[in-house]
Amino acid sequence: MTRFWGLIAREWRLSVRHGGDTLASILFFVLAASLFPLAIGPAPETLGRLAPGIVWVCALLAALLPLDRLFGADLDDGSLDQLMLCGLPPSAVALAKALAHWLVTGVPLLLAAGPVAVMLRMPEEAVPVLLAGLLPGTIVLSLLGSAGAAIVLGARRGGVLLPLLVLPLAAPVLIFGVGAADAAAAGQAARPHLLLLCALLAAALPLCPLAAGAALRGAAE
Amino acid sequence: MGEAVLAAEGLTVIRGERLVFAGLSFTVPRGGALLLVGPNGSGKSTLLRLLAGLGRAEAGRLLWAGEDALADRTAHAARVAYLGHQDAVKPGLSVAENLAFWGGPAAVARALAAVDLARLAELPTRMLSAGQKRRLALARLAMGAAPLWLLDEPTLGLDTASVARFGEMLKSHRNTGGIVIAATHLPLPLPGAAELALA
Repeated sequence: MTRFWGLIAREWRLSVRHGGDTLASILFFVLAASLFPLAIGPAPETLGRLAPGIVWVCALLAALLPLDRLFGADLDDGSLDQLMLCGLPPSAVALAKALAHWLVTGVPLLLAAGPVAVMLRMPEEAVPVLLAGLLPGTIVLSLLGSAGAAIVLGARRGGVLLPLLVLPLAAPVLIFGVGAADAAAAGQAARPHLLLLCALLAAALPLCPLAAGAALRGAAE
Repeated sequence: MGEAVLAAEGLTVIRGERLVFAGLSFTVPRGGALLLVGPNGSGKSTLLRLLAGLGRAEAGRLLWAGEDALADRTAHAARVAYLGHQDAVKPGLSVAENLAFWGGPAAVARALAAVDLARLAELPTRMLSAGQKRRLALARLAMGAAPLWLLDEPTLGLDTASVARFGEMLKSHRNTGGIVIAATHLPLPLPGAAELALA
């Protein structure tokens, strides 16, 4: 267990040292979201109607950005072999990596999502629901992303393959996440959507690390 | 020398379509050392990865104290300290931080002293020379209490003083009953090591 937290701490420290990578995905998120008012016009009623979808799609794409280096750097410098031998089962290594990814991209995305939603003229009552949906949503994205990153590890052009693999899997997260915010904006109950997001999280939490662990074992061979 | 701890029985590895080696059998006793020698591409590194539980054997068994070692590869990993071709050193972390994942501060200090990197502990690893990075990778061996050391060209890029210090590490590891299996083209300070020639 100490090893598990140690691995998260190590990944966290590495991300802070390579702050540029972390910052890049947040800046991408803010920048991509800022393009929409320019493209579809700043009219509050149009923009506010589209805001939940914009925030979610941009968050989804921004979370994908750092994924190809999640295990890629470790494979390149030999650290992956050491991680496979560190005494943790490969699935625990994958879970620690996914949680570290969430801490360094998911949490900053959550923090940036509020201001971006306000910027996009999202109805005020929908913003807390949007964030409540992003909280389990970004964790699921990190889990799915780490599984995808482990599966494409060692493949040529893995960086291209990765979004093709992860984006379809992330579609339910997007649907329920946007659904929750839309329901709140329309004055309906957001709870069913949020509960479905939590159900996705409950499924992804054990399944994704198992898949990623098996893929890591295969990549190390 | 005591009884055999590690025993390989008829190990066979096929990579791609190519037979790397077949029917490989050997035993290593407590405190023993085994040198893998052979030309490039003869399967030394493949064998080391297999012994570490990182590779897969087509046929044959690997026994640790009479039990199948590769049945539970996570449990086997606790017995193994593996040093590959690559140093697995993160350039963004300091020398001490690179080791911190593998043990507490006391163990880090001891391991760094063993490879004479203690005075560079706070330096970012990207400032180190290739030989110093190799020494840091060697220091990781001393972090745990793994009885089986698997070394792939451990002294590549080391100066003579570092090789001598590494000899001390190997000696104390073997004196406490540890096993060393190394693939190398350079002479290693491993007195009394058996040799296994791979063709």
